[in-house]
Amino acid sequence: MDKTYFSRFTRQTLLLIASIALLAGCELPPNKTAQWGFRGTGMVDVEHPATMQANFAANQVPEGIPAADPSGPRASQVYKNVQVLGDLSAGQFTRVMLSISNWVAPQQGCAYCHNLANFADDSLYTKVVARKMLQMTRHINADWKSHVQATGVTCYTCHRGNPVPSNIWFKDEGPRTAMGYLGNRMGVGSPKPSMGNSSLPFDPFTNYLDNKDNIRMASTTAIPTGEDRQSIKQTEWTYALMMHFSKSLGVNCTFCHNTRAFADWQQSTPERSVAWYGIRMVRDLNNDYMKPLTEVFPAHRLGPTGDVAKTYCATCHQGVYKPLYGVSMARDYPELQGPSPSVVVAPAAKDSSEESSPKKNKKSRSNASAKLEAEIGSAAKTAAN
Amino acid sequence: MNIEYQNIFTRTQVRSAHPHTVPMEENTVFDRSSGSFHLYLAGKIGNARIGPIFLGWFGIASILCGVIAFEIIGLNMWASVNWDPVQFLRLWPWLALEPPSPAYGLHTPPLREGGWWLIDGAFLTAAIFLWWIRTYRIAKQLGLGLHVCWAFGAAIWLYMVLGFFRPILMGAWGEAPPFGFFPHLDWTAALSLRYGNLFYNPFHMLSIVFLYGSALLFAMHGATILAVGRYGGEREIEQIIDRGTASERAALFWRWTMGFNATMESVHRWAWWFAILCPLTGGIGILLTGTAVDNWYLWAVKHHVAPAYPIMPVVDPATLPGAPTN
Repeated sequence: MDKTYFSRFTRQTLLLIASIALLAGCELPPNKTAQWGFRGTGMVDVEHPATMQANFAANQVPEGIPAADPSGPRASQVYKNVQVLGDLSAGQFTRVMLSISNWVAPQQGCAYCHNLANFADDSLYTKVVARKMLQMTRHINADWKSHVQATGVTCYTCHRGNPVPSNIWFKDEGPRTAMGYLGNRMGVGSPKPSMGNSSLPFDPFTNYLDNKDNIRMASTTAIPTGEDRQSIKQTEWTYALMMHFSKSLGVNCTFCHNTRAFADWQQSTPERSVAWYGIRMVRDLNNDYMKPLTEVFPAHRLGPTGDVAKTYCATCHQGVYKPLYGVSMARDYPELQGPSPSVVVAPAAKDSSEESSPKKNKKSRSNASAKLEAEIGSAAKTAAN
Repeated sequence: MNIEYQNIFTRTQVRSAHPHTVPMEENTVFDRSSGSFHLYLAGKIGNARIGPIFLGWFGIASILCGVIAFEIIGLNMWASVNWDPVQFLRLWPWLALEPPSPAYGLHTPPLREGGWWLIDGAFLTAAIFLWWIRTYRIAKQLGLGLHVCWAFGAAIWLYMVLGFFRPILMGAWGEAPPFGFFPHLDWTAALSLRYGNLFYNPFHMLSIVFLYGSALLFAMHGATILAVGRYGGEREIEQIIDRGTASERAALFWRWTMGFNATMESVHRWAWWFAILCPLTGGIGILLTGTAVDNWYLWAVKHHVAPAYPIMPVVDPATLPGAPTN
């Protein structure tokens, strides 16, 4: 045998290490999968037990305050300057205020929004914002049942104990470039977790969730008619938005789409129409509730271009396909239900009457998936105990 | 176990005082008798003799154009991170030189709006064509067939369809792919999404067949020749004419396995055609996308290619009465 640089053992060890290194980007097994569409379509839900367990732990509902007596004098009679919740009893009103403090400013307490010498005073910007947010919450629960269904939302859905929700977005013009004839980023090349760290456009949100640009790009005819002028570039913006959906909900494409025909509704899951209403809801909230607050916020709360913080999927979902795994906190807070719906939206999903107790939520998913969740849920509970 | 014939690297290195050459007139441009040396490590993976290389005007022009194209891309990427060297190294797989917006159509955009992309494409294309001329001229000089030129030409066809022919047919440079590592992959995915799933494009199907087929043929051929290496099978060219025991055993292996064998000569035709047809069919598929067919999935449904699955009870919410209009 000729001289060799390495012994056979060394060579084989190096080879083994090299092959393992190729797997460095992979999740350790076991991943669990559940069928999520017609057999053979590859529509499966892939979950990693460790990720799910962490998500369960991070998405627990806090203990609520027991319901208050609805009788007695109204809040508007007892307190001054009550503009939104004036029709509640003083007890109900106090309970909601305490809950908001727990949900939004547990460290800072009442003083985060109120002048402690005069609670009716509107001089703190946080109080003006909070009032608008109360109206927004009631608007969501009353008018956007097409998206939040009977589960509804509370302040906690987004805030999770933070005065400013952790998942918000501002208009992003991208990192500084050389600004000359060279080096125009053209909206790409600045990876962010909100769009999966991809090289896709890094701010699809301004176009689609603030403005109302057309998200649909696949052609509806087999042969070109000359009318569909959607470009590949535009498609990349839609793609970036969809990556945000995927990341925020902790799901893959097949949660909503049959990937052989992304555009076809008749091959999509009912979740897709829920998501469709979600897009409209977010546009509505950003334009009618967040943007009017632009002047109210101090400069340090605004984005780099001076715009107000806005909502997107991650604001509520926070990595889970149903915020807080579908547990309805709003059910215990009829005060946040808001006035009767001003717009009635026809439900599109096959099962929009579905109740939102955690158990029933799971029924909408396949049995296998529900079983998997229950398994991990109980494991998480045991760990918590 | 004898590992003599189970090695990764070439086991023998032939060295001679005179370089391999063919009879040519001395002291003409065809003289290639000087300017070479031996490199032991190169001999591990190929011929230990390095050089001589003949660049000529076409080679020099090609390299010049290639370097200009490379620099235009690199400097644009570097400028896009404000000349920060750390960010440039960290982000380069994400950075891109993007084509102009489709709004410019086939007009010339300002430099920073895609003008650099157009200039870069021109230089890169020039570099590629000039290099192709070299493959043609050198083959002629050596008295070879033009198989390498045609093969390279097939790859150039796909490149030209992507960046030149199809954008012109679509009426916008914006339809072309960007220069950039991840960005050009994103473009590929977006192309498929926009045109209703490229997997239903029959020419894309063919292209995949020839791509995977090429890999399979290469594996079969490489493995066969190495396996008969102990009988001198790597001297396959001689064995085309004078079939020895290596060739017989290799042929027997495949006949016993699948009843048929390629010959020492024809296996190279198989490989060549598979390799050629991969970009050739792929280019046709891309050229038809958006020009002749706008949605390959719907096209496949129309022509009974795509199977039907049970219809989901979901309708487009935008079509429902009272749907939000925003």
